[in-house]
Amino acid sequence: MALPPPDPQFVLRGTSAAVHTLHFSCGGPESDIPLLFSGSENGLIHVWNLKTHRVDTALDGHGRKSVYCVETMGGKDRLLSQGRDQRICLWDLAEGRTSVTDSVFTEHVGFCRFSLLKVAQGRWLMAMAARSLEEVQILELPSKTSVCTLKPDVGAKLGMPMCLKLWQLNCGSQPVLLAGYEDGSVVLWNVSMGKVLSQLVCHQEPVMSLDFDSEKAKGISGSSEKVLSIWSLNEQQNLQVYKTHELVNAGISDITIRPDKKILATAGWDHRIRIFGWKKLKPLAVLDYHTATVHCVSFSDHSNPRDRLLAAGSKDQRISVWSIYTQT
Amino acid sequence: VCFIPGGLDCSVSFVSHVLGKVCVHGRQKEILGVLVPRLTDLTKSDCIWQRICWRLVECVPDRWMEAVVLGFVQRAPGADVLSRLLGNLVVKNKKAQFVVTQKMLLLQYHHTTAVLQNLLGYLSLDSLRRTLLLRVLQELLETWSSSSAVKHSPAEQQLYISKAILICLSHLKDPEIESCRHELLTSVMEGVKCHLDSSLPQLRHLGMVVAESISLKINTEGPVLKFEYEEDDETRELKSLLVQTPPFCVTASLPDDDRSEQAGAARPLVPESNEKPYTAAPVMPNEESDAELDSDDDLIPYDISEDKELTNKTPGYIRDCIEVLTGSRSEDVDKWEATVKALESLVRKNPAATREVSVELAKILLHLEEKTCIEGFVELCQRAQVAVLTTDPIPVAKYLTSQFYSLNYSLRQRMDILDVLVLAAQELSCPKFHGKTKHSGTPKPCIQLLPGSDSSKDWRRIVDERIKSKTRRFDMGQSCVELASCPNEFNSVAGHFFFPLIQHFDRPLTTFDLLGEDHLVLGRLVHTLAILMYLAVNTVAVTAMGKALLEFVWALRFHTDSYVRQGLLSCVSSLLLSVPTERILADMTEELLETQSWLGDVMEKDPDGDCRRLALQNLLLMENLKKKLEAVPS
Repeated sequence: MALPPPDPQFVLRGTSAAVHTLHFSCGGPESDIPLLFSGSENGLIHVWNLKTHRVDTALDGHGRKSVYCVETMGGKDRLLSQGRDQRICLWDLAEGRTSVTDSVFTEHVGFCRFSLLKVAQGRWLMAMAARSLEEVQILELPSKTSVCTLKPDVGAKLGMPMCLKLWQLNCGSQPVLLAGYEDGSVVLWNVSMGKVLSQLVCHQEPVMSLDFDSEKAKGISGSSEKVLSIWSLNEQQNLQVYKTHELVNAGISDITIRPDKKILATAGWDHRIRIFGWKKLKPLAVLDYHTATVHCVSFSDHSNPRDRLLAAGSKDQRISVWSIYTQT
Repeated sequence: VCFIPGGLDCSVSFVSHVLGKVCVHGRQKEILGVLVPRLTDLTKSDCIWQRICWRLVECVPDRWMEAVVLGFVQRAPGADVLSRLLGNLVVKNKKAQFVVTQKMLLLQYHHTTAVLQNLLGYLSLDSLRRTLLLRVLQELLETWSSSSAVKHSPAEQQLYISKAILICLSHLKDPEIESCRHELLTSVMEGVKCHLDSSLPQLRHLGMVVAESISLKINTEGPVLKFEYEEDDETRELKSLLVQTPPFCVTASLPDDDRSEQAGAARPLVPESNEKPYTAAPVMPNEESDAELDSDDDLIPYDISEDKELTNKTPGYIRDCIEVLTGSRSEDVDKWEATVKALESLVRKNPAATREVSVELAKILLHLEEKTCIEGFVELCQRAQVAVLTTDPIPVAKYLTSQFYSLNYSLRQRMDILDVLVLAAQELSCPKFHGKTKHSGTPKPCIQLLPGSDSSKDWRRIVDERIKSKTRRFDMGQSCVELASCPNEFNSVAGHFFFPLIQHFDRPLTTFDLLGEDHLVLGRLVHTLAILMYLAVNTVAVTAMGKALLEFVWALRFHTDSYVRQGLLSCVSSLLLSVPTERILADMTEELLETQSWLGDVMEKDPDGDCRRLALQNLLLMENLKKKLEAVPS
């Protein structure tokens, strides 16, 4: 008899608004407090102390416009946040400071989250949707210089970029970008040359979220329909559909693969978080806690495997934190 | 007093005289308290004593017979004892017969059920007396089925007669029932009609219970009449009278049944415990084989059988609701059900959108028929209507009050309109707690207008509370929680609720005649007006409302239906409580004086107990008003 799914280890309340994005920062030394950053619809970014389960600081930098993406840039002292005020802000959080040191005015009015990739010590690449509806811009941080602009062909009719993922096979190789578009296709871009390497139609509806495992060269994308699409990248850098998995209810807001590549989590519009095994996409668990759409899921980066957590933020203003499959 | 036994011819007439005189002077309790038990013992097995006893009562002079017979009937411990004591007195003596068959049953109604049982049981125990029993039953049924009796006699008397009928029925044997079957049937038909016509729920229940019981007796095989009503103590008591329990029940068989039941219960337990070990075993092998398939995937899945399709067919917008309810796509019953359930909260969350379509929504809800069987459909519909009315009071109130007086609505719909108006008025006039409306916690309003409620009792409680609150207290006592104050939303719309309802009551339509047959709706209307008046305290329109209401009450004050009269008296109470004293005395002095004399009349002569009580309360309120005025230095 299979066990019933576990309950959340704890629930963070107090954002007073729907939670759109989450990011853990727990990889530091033992003495450091593990943190969780959350961005909400009321424009605030809350820094949660995972020991006390309380908010340490609240950052207000987007003029009360919804924050839909947060990510740390090399440690917990620097945070990038993206909001509906069309800005991406860089925060300095060292030694208790809470100030915006820099910002990029993206002029993007959609919801496409930026993607960050560390290419060298002190150098990052950031992919973000730009002003023009179909374009993706790559910037180098912290210099904010534009590396290139990825513009699809005129007849392509891809629509808006919905989700982005920058990756590189290993430290020295070329960075590439996977972008999911409004028309349901996933496109692989060569960043340095600004060219399309491969394009694959994965869904009938817009691609809401995607994630990629560079080791196995396999990726997964979710959309507003009932199907999860798993595709792979072969040696010729071509995308091929590997498998599809049909869900019970339509709508996925977010997908993320755990750093150890063993499991992945999906955030559903049907209020449920689903855990699958990454190897064969075996359904492992359905976590039914939230009472409204789950907007985001995120795995923690704890160095000790047993401490690993999964966090989910929902429209019901709560963040549920789970400890699941930590034994492997 | 001692008697000489053994064949001597004694004159007991002297004793009878003494007994009679004592009883007539009101000393029944003392003398019969001693005499009756003694005689009971003596007459238990001795025939001679029985005959002496009979002689005793027969010799009581006629002018004192009533007191003696009454005393005996009340004091005898059972019908068989009474039979032994009185013998065939009722057959032989005209006065006794009159007392037993007419006076105690039809003219008096204060006797207890036990006394009734004694009396009727006594009549049934001898063949000579049984003819009297049948006659009594006929007369009782005549009274029960007479419409004027139902309308004008007090509820307590009607209860008494119903009890007597049921006890008679319980004593009748089948051949006797057969012989008077025809009369029983006719009286049931007539009587049921009068009882169901009444506006008081208690009388309706009485009628239903008696009719059911009679039908049970006369149709021993075949379908039996069955009414739907709520069981309460009264109906249960009445039904229990139908069955005569013999004094000794056979209890010997019960212990055996108990034992066999226990033995039977013990047996099924044993096989169950045997089954359990079998189910536990197969689980282990399955899991292991599953794990072996994924050789390096040692992740054991959790139970995901609960992951079902989410069917959320609730519309998110008001206009979608309207579309669904007007049935343009009538196949999707799930959607229809979800809409009905979600409508109230949608209306409350989207006041601006509701205001755009308020009258249309009100129309749809008024005519909404139950398509599928939803639990609490009537309440859901009503709550949605109240929500619409409170969100956009003026146009919707205008619509509803105009529909109340329109053609082609059922009585039920008209009464629903009144209920909705009252509930909405109550919500508008109550302060809201921190933005949450009061009714979200309490499913029913504190002033109930749903059928079967006894509004007169609620009124008494409310009026009492109000009177209490107006009396001065010198001890502060515990302070109650201060409610957050906010503007009285009922102020601007009270007139719109009230005046249209009061306007056309005397204009009959082809299908709706308030002053004629539809007096039940008139009663409801009057009660509604009373409540609206009560809720209009502290509004600007209250004085105008008061004047109009007083005129209305004056026009209807002699109405024959007691429910309507109770409503009229409640109107006067609300008026006295809501309209500020200065305004009452300034604008309505003559009307008030006339009302006061009418109230005095009602208090003394009205057949209905509740009406008398309400009239008394109104007079007390008026006294209070006068005293208050005198207390204020002018």
